[in-house]
Amino acid sequence: MSEAASADWPLWEVFVRARQGLSHKHAGSLHAPDAEMAIQNARDVYTRRREGESLWVVRSTDIIASDPDDKGSLFEPAESKIYRHPTFYTVPDEVECL
Amino acid sequence: MPVTAIPPEHADDPGAPGFAAKIDTETKIEPKDWMPDGYRKTLVRQMSQHAHSEYVGMLPERNWLTRAPSLKRKAQLLAKIQDEAGHALYLYSAAETLGTSRAEMLDALHTGRAKYAHIFNYPVLTWADIGTIGWLVDGAAIINQIMLCRCSYGPYARAMERICREESFHQRQGFEIMVTLCQGTAEQRRMAQDALNRWWWPVLMMFGPHDSASANSAQSTAWKIKRQSNDDLRQQFVDMTVPQADYLKLTIPDPDLRWNETRGHYDFGQIDFEELMRVVSGDGPCNRERLGARVKAHDDGAWVREAATAYAAKRRTRAKAA
Repeated sequence: MSEAASADWPLWEVFVRARQGLSHKHAGSLHAPDAEMAIQNARDVYTRRREGESLWVVRSTDIIASDPDDKGSLFEPAESKIYRHPTFYTVPDEVECL
Repeated sequence: MPVTAIPPEHADDPGAPGFAAKIDTETKIEPKDWMPDGYRKTLVRQMSQHAHSEYVGMLPERNWLTRAPSLKRKAQLLAKIQDEAGHALYLYSAAETLGTSRAEMLDALHTGRAKYAHIFNYPVLTWADIGTIGWLVDGAAIINQIMLCRCSYGPYARAMERICREESFHQRQGFEIMVTLCQGTAEQRRMAQDALNRWWWPVLMMFGPHDSASANSAQSTAWKIKRQSNDDLRQQFVDMTVPQADYLKLTIPDPDLRWNETRGHYDFGQIDFEELMRVVSGDGPCNRERLGARVKAHDDGAWVREAATAYAAKRRTRAKAA
């Protein structure tokens, strides 16, 4: 790499709340030297068209993610428990409000 | 031997069957999933080139910011240019999920090692060029990007969805400029026709070489990075654009252009792919100017980046002291 290239600023994950009453949803990521500037950059990069009214920024390194290889052991147990869904149960046709 | 999702060198890799199954069942590949080295490399190259194109794409339009014919047009062009910067940022972030860094990618662009779309190396001579760029260059880009929304790599596909949503305004503002010019004075109509004459063939080149001459097409298609062939996308663009030019009463500068009843498509003339290769490899009308402007903007902005870093450091120190 040439001399001009320097180390990147930390990476931040950006979450946008579309409107009051909804949860914040991941929108993307960006680089910024600190949280305050990350919020300012997030406003320019991810909410140019009134996409939201509240922003969260989180340092990407602070996010703990599950390992894709653990997918089986983590989520497979739920697959065999179809009785957790209402559609598992048989309800007589003539009974309502269930 | 047919090209498959798993290149021969990965045949015995434990991650290979899972990757092949995901590609097969249209399940997106995500950053932490196993992937063939070539898949990663192809995506880093393609996504960073795509990001560079968005980035450099701001430059041809900037001269017209202060020369826009009205405040409304100026505000629209400013918004479009700001979008291009945003699109570059989405794509750089998406490329970083594959293990490259922003600094590395920018360095590759600034030192001329990385490529960007050849179309931005043509001069933007009149206001009608701004209209034509929005109408045709963004129009062609949208066709390619709609395809990429279905690309197998999750972060790329997601960035593309967002970009496509935003870019339809770019194409419409361009077409509106053309409508205004074409309904204007004789001189304005001449200006519109002149811009179309200069941009038409370079725009057709944006879809890349013929499929038969495209080196990476087969592997990219097997990986579902590429979902449609260069020639199919180009045909789609021509079929879509001819009626629009007719509406403007402009003449597409191709004597071989005519409707083919049997194919149900427009036939069109030969594209000069040598020109494409020449411009891609650095010898277009504005290559040096564009790259020079990009490097200058980066260098001139160094103090802003340094100030931001210093400000962040100062605030951290004060927060600790308090």
